[in-house]
Amino acid sequence: MFSNRLFNILVPIISVLLGLISGAIIMLIFGYNPIAGFAALWNGAFGDAYFFGETIRQVTPYILSGLAVAFALRSGLLNIGVEGQVFMGWIASVWIGISFDLPMIVHLPLAILAAAVAGAFWGFIPGLLKAKLGVHEVIVTIMMNYIALYLSNSIVRNLLSDGADRTEKVAETASLQSNWLAEMTFYSRIHYGFIVAILMAFVMWFIINRTTTGFELRSVGFNQHASKYAGMNVSKNIVLAMVISGAFAGLAGAMEGLGTFGFMSIKAGFTNIGFDGIAVALLGANTAFGVILAAFLFGVLKIGALNMPTAAGVPTELVEIIIALIIFFVASSYMIRWVILWFKKEGK
Amino acid sequence: MDYVIEMLNIRKEFPGIVANDNINLQVKKGEIHALLGENGAGKSTLMNVLFGLYQPERGEIRVRGEKVNITDPNVANAQGIGMVHQHFMLVDTFTVTENIVLGSEPKKAGTVNLKHAEEQVRELSERYGLNVDPKAKIRDISVGMQQRVEILKTLYRGAEILIFDEPTAVLTPQEIKELIDIMHSLVKEGKSIILITHKLKEIMEVCDRCTVIRKGQGIGTVNVSETNPTELASLMVGRDVSFSTEKTKADPKEAYLSIKDLRVKDVRGVEMVKGLNLEVRAGEIVGIAGVDGNGQSELIEAITGLRRSESGTIRLHDKEITNLTPRKVTQSGVSHIPQDRHKFGLVLDFPIGENMVLQSYHQKPYSKKGVMNFKNIYQKAKDLIAEYDVRTPDVYTLARALSGGNQQKAIIGREVDRSPDLIIAAQPTRGLDVGAIEFIHKKLIEERDKGRAVLLLSFELDEIMNLSDRIAVMFDGQIIADVQPEETNEQKLGLLMAGNSTEKAGEQ
Repeated sequence: MFSNRLFNILVPIISVLLGLISGAIIMLIFGYNPIAGFAALWNGAFGDAYFFGETIRQVTPYILSGLAVAFALRSGLLNIGVEGQVFMGWIASVWIGISFDLPMIVHLPLAILAAAVAGAFWGFIPGLLKAKLGVHEVIVTIMMNYIALYLSNSIVRNLLSDGADRTEKVAETASLQSNWLAEMTFYSRIHYGFIVAILMAFVMWFIINRTTTGFELRSVGFNQHASKYAGMNVSKNIVLAMVISGAFAGLAGAMEGLGTFGFMSIKAGFTNIGFDGIAVALLGANTAFGVILAAFLFGVLKIGALNMPTAAGVPTELVEIIIALIIFFVASSYMIRWVILWFKKEGK
Repeated sequence: MDYVIEMLNIRKEFPGIVANDNINLQVKKGEIHALLGENGAGKSTLMNVLFGLYQPERGEIRVRGEKVNITDPNVANAQGIGMVHQHFMLVDTFTVTENIVLGSEPKKAGTVNLKHAEEQVRELSERYGLNVDPKAKIRDISVGMQQRVEILKTLYRGAEILIFDEPTAVLTPQEIKELIDIMHSLVKEGKSIILITHKLKEIMEVCDRCTVIRKGQGIGTVNVSETNPTELASLMVGRDVSFSTEKTKADPKEAYLSIKDLRVKDVRGVEMVKGLNLEVRAGEIVGIAGVDGNGQSELIEAITGLRRSESGTIRLHDKEITNLTPRKVTQSGVSHIPQDRHKFGLVLDFPIGENMVLQSYHQKPYSKKGVMNFKNIYQKAKDLIAEYDVRTPDVYTLARALSGGNQQKAIIGREVDRSPDLIIAAQPTRGLDVGAIEFIHKKLIEERDKGRAVLLLSFELDEIMNLSDRIAVMFDGQIIADVQPEETNEQKLGLLMAGNSTEKAGEQ
């Protein structure tokens, strides 16, 4: 019999393989060469230092938004609002970044912290509504996404600029950008944020698996009645889970605001960092380490795809289809489990 | 004599264990045949083989003398075998009839034609005295009624052999009595019944013959009229079992728990506890007897802090604990063995080891400054599991994977180990087999002898009579009588539980 642990590792791997195979089939059907296509994808992500730097740059916010979704899910909450919390973190970090003149040792941590607090606040509201009034967090967070989008657009236009469609760049002292890293990667947009992301993955692992808070959060996530019986404060834990989840999401926003772009611009729509975080968390089985791996895969696919049209003539849309297929196969992990068991049984 | 069902030399293996080994079960037409065994003995596996959910490795099944190969439940249905599951498989928002026809809906021009089905259901219901309204919605009818719908479902599909999987576990005493009548009328009409159970009293009351399984092995079949509960119990467990729990006379000391004029409302806002007074002293077991729904659950939830009291006081020693949080109540020295162990007692998806510190994880040595110490937690869990004979592969196994009896032993170990002043045990042996019941009763009496106060809530009168030093009868939100177990009997208690006051019960 397969152990549960082995299953949890095996199912995502098989999902990814099935996604890639279906991608190859689709490429064949539309007359593209799948080997050339995947080679272009590979080169587009790892081909040279520039591509690799861009991949890491893309992976960074994915790790954080994936952690945000995973953290909430471990506590039994579906935080669809990561997207909005990313916006709040982004705008808060840029605001601090452009409004103060401080030494870097104060300014940068302050800007990052502001992003976490802003994201946490955006998670706190749905958490409180769920805990006190029983309003479902999915509905509230979806609405909060739109509020965040238009609120941050309005702040950019009216508070942080004079009607322009982007803010000025954040001060050097609040920037995560690094000349040294940029030079090493032929001026890709890689920044120090990936250190923050890895650190936060460790933080999530520690909170969930090693602290009494994490014990309570997981307990509430599995069984609220038993948690209440055991003397845990269920409402407090629901709010706390959303706050911490929101803080991770806010940090993802800071990665964009202080790292990749160095400013905030008016957005016509969502960035999808938060929504992709749902898929990252799902693929990573809601564990910190799994989220890092899944975020890496997503980053590779996204950045590598940019090379496919030029190098192999395959449209980027196809890569979106492959990513979608991978998610589809992960979501249908039950089916994969079933097939594995069926093969086991037949082989006996 | 012709057998309607014969299962011969059945063997069923699962990876690592043999669930059924060389079991024979022969059921005569028109009899109620008990299948008796401890939790985890292999009763359900055997019935799942008969119902086509599992394929046996060896052995054969004969229905009405002919060898059949039951590959899936549809084959079983076609052979006239129907199963009344322990956990009902009903759609809450559908009507009785809709649930019954589900899967084989009578169609008329592409639409479901319920008129005819409703008639059939009504007719079946009348024939067997089931008294079910075909048009009622499932969510509006009682658990006992829902079970009858399950019975109707099998009858509607033409079942001749009905398998009842621990049917009384979810029923009240009154409903059990009615179910027994229904079973009798079913066999009178020529149906045969296999009753899976571990309740000896029911077997003695309704069954004709009884097949015993122990640890996957077939032990044999006996005629119920030629045996007695003691023999059945020792066949099932494999050793002698004592029913009446041995205990010395209680030596109660000062009052530990005193409740005055307590009023509690339930979820709907209806007052369920109506000015209740109760005292439990150190070194005694007070049993609360009463029909379910007379405020017992609300009373216990109020004491343990899970539900707000409207008015009145609850004191532990001299300290008032009214409306404290569950954690504060626990820390004042109260342990609670909850009525519903899956909903309240355990986090089923946690390892059993982590469940052992569900209330104390935030204290030393299980954590320090908010950081868990899993080494200490699992060490403690190992000790408790050994002491309370919880059978589990290891402490890392999920609580979900343990059998009911072992889950309950784990909860009792956890609750008793905190050395509480007051132990509240709500239906501590519900659904357990005699071996586990004996163990749990012994533990509760041990705690009493150590000078602890025990408040026992049970719907099993046997348990109340056996364990209690004093019986408090609860009716309509109040304690209406306080009797000594040696001065009463089941009949008198029954009258009291129905709301007759002490004097009246004495007269009758």
